[in-house]
Amino acid sequence: MVKVKNFRGGVHPEYNKHITGDKPIKVLPAPNEVVIPLAQHAGAPAEPLVTKGDSVLVGQEIGRSAGTISAAVHASVSGTVVAVEPRQSINGREVLSVVIENDGQDAKVPMAGHPDPIQLSSGEIRQRIEAAGIVGLGGAAFPTAAKVNPPQGCKIEYLLINGSECEPYLTADQKLMEEYTEDVILGAKLLAKACGAEKIIIAVEANKPEALRKMRALAGSNAIEVVALVVKYPAGGEKQLIKAVLNREVPEHGLPAQCGVLVNNVGTAWAVAKACKHGQPLIERVITVTGDGIKEPANYLVRIGTPFRDIIDAAGGFAGEPGKVIAGGPMMGLAQFDLNVPIVKGVAGILVLSNKVTKEFDPMPCIKCARCVDVCPVYLMPVTIEKFAMNAMWDEAEDYGAMDCIECGCCTYICPSKRALLSWIRLAKTEIAELQRRQTS
Amino acid sequence: MEDSRLVLSPSPHIRDEDTTEKIMLTVVAALVPVWAAATYFFGFNSVRLVLVSILVAVGSEALFLAIRRKPITIWDGSALVTGMLLGLSLPPSLPTWMAILGSFIAIVIGKQVFGGLGANPFNPALVGRAVLVASFTSQMTTWTMPFTDAVTSATPLVSGQVSYAELFFGTVPGSLGETSALAILLGGVFLFYRGVLDYRIPVGFLGTVAVLSFVFGQDVAYQLLSGSLLFGAVFMATDMVTSPITPVGRWIFGIGCGLVLVLIRFWGSLPEGLTYSILLMNAFTPLINRWTRPRIYGQGVKQA
Repeated sequence: MVKVKNFRGGVHPEYNKHITGDKPIKVLPAPNEVVIPLAQHAGAPAEPLVTKGDSVLVGQEIGRSAGTISAAVHASVSGTVVAVEPRQSINGREVLSVVIENDGQDAKVPMAGHPDPIQLSSGEIRQRIEAAGIVGLGGAAFPTAAKVNPPQGCKIEYLLINGSECEPYLTADQKLMEEYTEDVILGAKLLAKACGAEKIIIAVEANKPEALRKMRALAGSNAIEVVALVVKYPAGGEKQLIKAVLNREVPEHGLPAQCGVLVNNVGTAWAVAKACKHGQPLIERVITVTGDGIKEPANYLVRIGTPFRDIIDAAGGFAGEPGKVIAGGPMMGLAQFDLNVPIVKGVAGILVLSNKVTKEFDPMPCIKCARCVDVCPVYLMPVTIEKFAMNAMWDEAEDYGAMDCIECGCCTYICPSKRALLSWIRLAKTEIAELQRRQTS
Repeated sequence: MEDSRLVLSPSPHIRDEDTTEKIMLTVVAALVPVWAAATYFFGFNSVRLVLVSILVAVGSEALFLAIRRKPITIWDGSALVTGMLLGLSLPPSLPTWMAILGSFIAIVIGKQVFGGLGANPFNPALVGRAVLVASFTSQMTTWTMPFTDAVTSATPLVSGQVSYAELFFGTVPGSLGETSALAILLGGVFLFYRGVLDYRIPVGFLGTVAVLSFVFGQDVAYQLLSGSLLFGAVFMATDMVTSPITPVGRWIFGIGCGLVLVLIRFWGSLPEGLTYSILLMNAFTPLINRWTRPRIYGQGVKQA
């Protein structure tokens, strides 16, 4: 029995990875129309470079990065821009988006590849990452170019490649590691070079033996360590991963770089490899379409901007009456009400729960069982913060660490009284942030 | 274009199977071997007192929820647990009306006046028992021999009269559910296995009593097995609502219970140590929670 890397806290939901775990990645044909939001990432939205009526090619930059924390956006199909207007996005808001009608030609802009990308200098790699509009594909969508350029005085010792995929149901990263092993490892090396990391550690949850085996087979000779992680949500949370693998902690309100670590998702590594090898910007990603509410669950390689509806149709449509359509996994994903929303860079899957398994809960009184305290992976007292939030005691909520909450949802998941702990903590975070903003301005 | 079939709610979208009702029923299940042992040793008195306590507890819960114009939530099992715990802590020969009074006080004064489930600072069953001990001291400290109705005047807390085996299996005079260490441990292990019992409280409690008994030259095994200690440490002190929520806090709580119990047993003149030790520590629970906040991830970490 190989020892797995563990961390304190976390929960064991039903993983349901068997639904799509053995399904190879299928390439989904580009849809007739893509909707590409200019804000798919953390930070400032990109500035539009096209207007209605323009012809665009695959890979053409259609939104320019608007600052240090921002990312470029590219056309994922060739065709005509039919609109540049606010469109519904997965976060519930309308976001300025470029709508492109696909001409079916798949005509690409010239892309400058490199036969041996590992020869590129760290500056050149960073430049390519930036030009390709790469953001973290694990969910937070933080611009990668900004991430690999750590603040002054921070020396990066370790690059952690996050292949944990701890969200239940999702298997996109697993299939990527199994089928594009070489590119993931190349991407890891390029990222390490870009940020100056001395060592690469690839961490994979122990429930993906095939991915672990393939990564180990290819990494062995290259001084890259592949470690097995405990099968527990949120093993792939950045802070939990660093704690589990290196037994280090990110300073409170600080960055991983401040403890000498940089974490990147396997999907991000793959995107970096493609940007450096082929000069291809981030215009497609692997997603999992799954859940009991979908007829033919599958793993797809899809173009960014493909509407949910097209993907659900491709997967055979709904099985029975749908209850919830979720962008992402069941623990942190966002419930959707409009199936015209597009896949964006940070979405790893579409989960459809049928109305049979979609439940709504009536909270009961808290019995102080303290399970939320036991499972919190950042060691908060969720029940106490909830109580403060319910009484609008924002100072106290802040004192008890509300702003340290990573919104993993373990507290709400485990609560036997079905209380909406995380929702109250989110409210506290919003109020505290507003108070802080008012104090500084 | 909205799809009206789709439910919108914040993450997480899945929940653990366990519920508060299930937790309460797990405690009830853990008390079944204890009640069975009590019925084996004390016969009809065990059925009489425990059933009456349960019925009165659930009944007064329903009555006071109705008076408070709250939904009647008696099916959550919490009043059932309180009734069972109180009933099992009574001496076999206690008159029925005293059990009725104790159970009524447990639910009404111990729980409902504070706002019901989850809001009570003190363990309701112990509140009921404390009132009975203070009001009817002689009846509450009169125990009968198992398998007979013969009253024994001797307090069971005199070392040397009974063997460890008798104490372990429970063939000694005592309150209904408190004589059989075996049945209590069975229930405790079940609770621990089901994730309903935090080991820190009983271990801290019993460990403190054991260490101090040894230090003060007492018979350690006798101190642990006699009286209501084991029953209280496993079923009463571990009440979730009235014990601390932090891991360190639960250690302090358990150890504190042990300290107070030893003080009362060795030097006090009270007829009852267990009840007061836990109730006193219940009062400290909010303070303990405040003093034992866990260090938050990343706090105190130097920036490299």
